[in-house]
This record gives sequence, C-alpha cells and structure tokens, in this order.
Amino acid sequence: MSKQITVPFGPQHPVLPEPLHLDLVLEDEKVVDVIPTIGYVHRGLEKLVEKREFTEYVFIAERICGICSFIHSQTYVQGIEQIMGLEVPERAQYLRTIWSEYSRLHSHLLWLGLFADSMGFESVFMNAWRLREHILDDLEATTGGRVIQGVCKVGGVRRDISPEKLDEMVRGLKGMEHELQDLSKVFLHDNSIQHRLRGIGVLSKEDAYQLGAVGPSARGSGVAIDIRETGYAAFGKINFKPVVEYEGDCYARCAVRVKEMFTSIDIIEQCAKKIPDGPVDMKVTGAPDGEYFSRAEQPRGEVIHYIKGNGKKNLVRHRVRTPTFTNIPPLVTLLKGCDLADVPVIVLTIDPCIGCAER
Amino acid sequence: MSFFQMTKTVLKNLFSRPATLMYPVKPAKKTDATRGHVKIDPTKCITCRICQRKCPTQAICVDVKEKTWEIDQMRCVVCAVCVDTCPTKSLTMDNQYRPAMTTRGGLEKFTVAGPKKKEPVVADAAKPAKE
Ligand code: SF4
Ligand code: SF4
Repeated sequence: MSKQITVPFGPQHPVLPEPLHLDLVLEDEKVVDVIPTIGYVHRGLEKLVEKREFTEYVFIAERICGICSFIHSQTYVQGIEQIMGLEVPERAQYLRTIWSEYSRLHSHLLWLGLFADSMGFESVFMNAWRLREHILDDLEATTGGRVIQGVCKVGGVRRDISPEKLDEMVRGLKGMEHELQDLSKVFLHDNSIQHRLRGIGVLSKEDAYQLGAVGPSARGSGVAIDIRETGYAAFGKINFKPVVEYEGDCYARCAVRVKEMFTSIDIIEQCAKKIPDGPVDMKVTGAPDGEYFSRAEQPRGEVIHYIKGNGKKNLVRHRVRTPTFTNIPPLVTLLKGCDLADVPVIVLTIDPCIGCAER
Repeated sequence: MSFFQMTKTVLKNLFSRPATLMYPVKPAKKTDATRGHVKIDPTKCITCRICQRKCPTQAICVDVKEKTWEIDQMRCVVCAVCVDTCPTKSLTMDNQYRPAMTTRGGLEKFTVAGPKKKEPVVADAAKPAKE
C-alpha cells in the first residue's frame, strides 16, 4: 500500500470562483477521502432579520447570492405572502416567473463559461459570457439591475414590463437560440469535452437520492425532482417537463444544464403569450404571524426559506437552506476514487455557490 | 468543411466590433430603468426621516435639528426603497453609475429645507387682561 498524502484544494484556487476548501487525501494520484470545510464567507444575513422590517428584508434576502438573487427574493416573498394569506395579482406571478427563468438562463450561461474555463476551453468561456450579456441587458432594462434585480416586494413586483418590451425580449431570445444551439453543440458533441466528462464522477441514482442531491446534480442521475412542478408563481399554468439524464456522470450534469436553457426560453415564451393584464402589486397591511417553509427551484436546485413571524414588523427567525449546501455530501461521494486531475471538473459540475451556502 | 467553418468564424471575429465594453474609458451601458445612484433635491425634503427608517443598509442619516440629510454612497446598495417611500418625492434615482472610489469616503451631506413652517397659532389673544 502506498503512502497517503493530503493535498489542500481551495479556498483560493484558479478554477473556484468561491472559497470552498477541500482536503484531498491521496494515494498516488487517486483521491481516497475528502474533508470539506466551509465558513470563509459567513456574513450573518439571517440574523439581520431581527433588525429590519420584513418588507425591507427582501433586499437583504436577495443579496444572499449574487446569481440566483431574484429567486431568493421570490422565495422569501412567497413565504411572507403565504403566512399573511395574500392573493398576489396574476400578472405579478407571471412576471416573477419570467424573471426567474431569466435568472436561470444567466446562471447556466455563467456556469457553462466557468466550466469550459476549468477544462482550459477559453474561447467557449468568452462566448458563453458574451451570450449571457444579452440576458443581463434584458434584465437591466426591465428591472433596473443587472444581477441584483431588486424588483420583488411583498404583495407583487415593483415594475411592470410593457407588452412591446415583452415582445422584444421574446424575439431577442428567439434570435439567440441558434447561437445557444451552437454553444450546446460544443458541450454535447465535442470529442475532447466528451473525453473529459464521460464516465467521470458518477453519482448513482440511489446515492443522489439518499445524500440529498438537488437540482441538476440530482436530475443528472435520474432523480426527476424539480420544484417548479409544484406550480409556485405561474409555473402551474405553464407546460414544461424537467430535463432528466440518467448516466449520473459529469457529462449528464452538464447536459441537464445545457438543455434547461432551452426549457427556460420555452417557459418565457409561454408566459409572454399567457400573461394577463392587470395590476402588478397590492397593498399590504399588517405583519406576518406564523411560520412557513417556502420552496423554489434555483438554477442550482431547491432552495428552502424558513420564515417565522410573531405579528410584529420584524420577523423572529429566517433560515435558508441553499442547494449548494445539500450538494456537498454528494460531492464528497463523487470525489472519492477519482483522479486528482479530475477534481476541478467534478467540483464545478455541482455548480458550487459558497456565498449562498454560508449566507 | 470544418476548416471553412473555422475560417468563417475567424474572419467574422476579425472584422466585427469587440464584444467587450471598455468601461470605464467608455461609459457603461444604461437604460431608463437602471439604478445608478440616489440624488436628493434639498429644497423639497421635510426631514421626516422615513427614508432613514426604511433604508435596509442604514445608509441615510437625517438630522432634524441641523436640517441635514446625509447619505453614505458606499453603504447604499441602490435598492430605491427610499425613492419609493419619500412622501415629498425629493429623492430620485439617477441612471448613471458612480465612478469607482479610490479613497475612503462616499459621505455626501446636504442642508435641506426642513419642515414647512406653520403659522404660529395666536391663542389667548382675546383673553381679557387680569384685573
Ligand atoms: S437606495 Fe436603498 S440602500 Fe440606498 S439609500 Fe436608498 S434605501 Fe438606502
Ligand atoms: S428625503 Fe424624503 S423621506 Fe427622506 S427625510 Fe427627506 S422628505 Fe423624508
């Protein structure tokens, strides 16, 4: 038996945009054990809930993550609305759906770029981010913010999209679709990428389920869980199928994200067709008294916001369980038995977002 | 076949405009909706302190006695809650981003008009003088 050595990976690492620390126990080139450490960017956002009014806390909830920001605020706001029993206007629900799918698109494009970069595919990285720029432009024009939209509020949304703008957005997405097709061809059919991804970091369906994998990490292993199917916001009125792949390797997880982009475009189109006229917000009086588990599907998987209020302006407790946090146990399983050179690629396939895992 | 594809792409990239925006040399893209930074019209503010209470980052400090309104632009996260809640519409959102800071600071202080003076109530004017 060869000698074991420990190689630290992160928190500062060229492929990692965020501080995740892994102690890799190696035997020769093989990883035999992994000890993850988080806690480098804890900001204590959940505690702030006691100091800010529940309506203003939306903007703090939104800043839990810099990529799924819109969906964080949406989840939080949905929780508050459920506790207070508010019936949000339908147009607002549709607008939330559109913006959350836009967030998914921009997050997946960002991830595809970073992923290509981790394999040394610089030109694809640039191309993915160039496409992402169009999505961000539309987000900025409709909400006022590129990555932090700040458009959700308790009882609706703060801005409306005019029908002309909505048309223009859909046309823009349509025009982008063939460029996205080109990009996805690289990820799905390129020879060298397949060599790098196929059969590496395999997560079996049982493991994915038992270890609590969520989002594309779970769907890449054949676990067809997509919280959008519970029909929150306007998803209940939209026709869509969650993308599921069955191999469970890095390629499958990548393929799920690539195909989800097209699902998102489809959802946005359907929303633009079905969106009713009407108000986008409502008057909110009183304060939440009760507790609620609010769930939503982020680009990285299911997020849960636990909210508890006692009838005062300030909430009592707010707790967030983010998708990356639950994807860390599957990651540890994935890494056991792989080669040291594959570690960066495998770590990126769960799309780690440590900023939100630590809040 | 793929050689021609490649040549096509290379030529296209050679002659097209760069996708990168040379910010800050060139101004950043902006739209009408862009939230750049908060501006105040000091003549309208009545020092009611609603903006200070509502601001999620406590970037605004209103001094009622001194009649000053102060914002820490580095604290402000440009959420526009203050703009929405100001009863006199003295706050507006400018769609120009502030340039990056090279030194500490960011505090901006304004002397504001303050609450409207009410006519002093002339009470007891008709009260007869004591005998
Ligand atoms: S924009 Fe938001 S963060 Fe900035 S001063 Fe106004 S309320 Fe505070
Ligand atoms: S800026 Fe507006 S909200 Fe703030 S103190 Fe002045 S009047 Fe009140």
